[in-house]
Amino acid sequence: GRACLSRTEPRARDGRSGEEEEEEEGCYQLYPGHIPTSPLQKALLAAGSAFMALYDPYRHDMVAVLGETTGCLALPNLRDKMKHHPEGYRILQERPRIRLSTLDMARLQALPDGTLGREYVRFLEDNKVSPDTRMPPKFVDDEELAYVIQRYREVHDLMHTLLGMPTNMLGEVVVKWFEAVQTGLPMCILGAAFGPVRLSARKLQLLATELVPWAIRSGRNANCILNVYYEERWEQPVESLREEIGIFPPP
Amino acid sequence: SVRGLAAGPETHFGFQTVTEAERREKIYQVFESVAKKYDVMNDSMTLGIHRVWKDILVHKMNPSPGTLLLDVAGGTGDIAFRFINYVRSVRERQLQRKLKHHQNLSWQEISESYKEDKLKSLGDSQVVVCDINKEMLKVGKQKAQHLGYSEGLSWVLGNAEELPFDDDKFDVYTIAFGIRNVTRIDLALQEAYRVLKPGGRFLCLEFSHVSNPLLSRLYDLYSFQVIPVLGEVIAGDWKSYQYLVESIRRFPPQEELKAMIEDAGFFNVDYQNLNSGIVAIHSGFKL
Repeated sequence: GRACLSRTEPRARDGRSGEEEEEEEGCYQLYPGHIPTSPLQKALLAAGSAFMALYDPYRHDMVAVLGETTGCLALPNLRDKMKHHPEGYRILQERPRIRLSTLDMARLQALPDGTLGREYVRFLEDNKVSPDTRMPPKFVDDEELAYVIQRYREVHDLMHTLLGMPTNMLGEVVVKWFEAVQTGLPMCILGAAFGPVRLSARKLQLLATELVPWAIRSGRNANCILNVYYEERWEQPVESLREEIGIFPPP
Repeated sequence: SVRGLAAGPETHFGFQTVTEAERREKIYQVFESVAKKYDVMNDSMTLGIHRVWKDILVHKMNPSPGTLLLDVAGGTGDIAFRFINYVRSVRERQLQRKLKHHQNLSWQEISESYKEDKLKSLGDSQVVVCDINKEMLKVGKQKAQHLGYSEGLSWVLGNAEELPFDDDKFDVYTIAFGIRNVTRIDLALQEAYRVLKPGGRFLCLEFSHVSNPLLSRLYDLYSFQVIPVLGEVIAGDWKSYQYLVESIRRFPPQEELKAMIEDAGFFNVDYQNLNSGIVAIHSGFKL
């Protein structure tokens, strides 16, 4: 992506500290919303966001920040997987976005039951969520990787649809397990490991005996979920798409 | 350039160069955004030490009952509440001393004089909190209600560069961690001079410059590496706190601010460094 200065040369009184600060952080804004950060800042952000995400589960922005600051190994991996797959490659080129302004909600709603489009809209309505609430990336220092994590976030709701999981704590944990296996993102792994902390014993048992093993098996068996051009598959029945990707039917 | 002339004089917003109008707008937005988390962030960033700084300011002021204070950029009320507490405790001690001297009065006389004084638990002291930002005032008013402050307290929306008050009105003018955000500091100082009574005192509590090189490096490291992260984690707002640390670096150091205060007409201008210059209290008098 194009690099442009986010700050002009500081005419600060203490010019030394201003310049040093810029050298450390790499003063280029690589995409709108990008905040360049030093390694120390990333480490502090990772620790702080992990703590805050656990302390206040409503801070979804902290989960997002955690993903961005810890994804430096997993994201390039995902990007390469996409590059080496024909559909994934096209997604990287065309950069489709899933949001209310790009989706034709009326058309999707009119599709027959059981199709991806119809079930996705049903999922959004039942759980009262919108694709527009996904945080744009801020702390990823590569413009293409920023898109990869954005795509991962926007595809998350489709994961819920394909896995048949609701947006309550239990459903989210199951999806996190699936995503952890699929993406290797530390944020997913941490979410999968620590998410269950707030669940009741009965739910934990259900999680441990049925849901997690199924999520792991599916995650392992399935193709990379970022390599599917979902926008071209609205008419496809969910079951057929599941089979194609390799997700086992939900318990 | 022509565009520059049309858009207005240039100034800084943190390390960026902007017009004065843009700066005012950006700063308004910063405080609108941080208002609700302002107090939490202050405690986190300074590990609670800002409370000590503000206590020192009010102790230095040493207000007696009957003082009329104008607290500019007073936002969430920290200085105002401390002023009220201080004056109240001074007043209580006054009353206690008075009672001791009246031990030969009858019960009736004592209880009557007590009732009279009860009505003036602040002894006619008053504080006016003036801030340019509606959100900050809102938070301040809510806090006052929550903490039980009502007597002797007023909230006014106003601009430090152009105060909505008449000349020669106040005994003390304070501005704590606010003057840094004013776009034309010279105008704010002139206004401070104008609204103070002759004999009135100007007090400014603000971040300043650390001359000790080792401490300065540690302070810079903490400011630039930790504070924006705290802003993101606690308030979900990196950029406002990045602005905060940059604006501190941009602000004139102790001697320069002293000269500016003298230029506005104040006498006996002096400053006191707190924590090696991380913060300084400047004081001046209108004669």
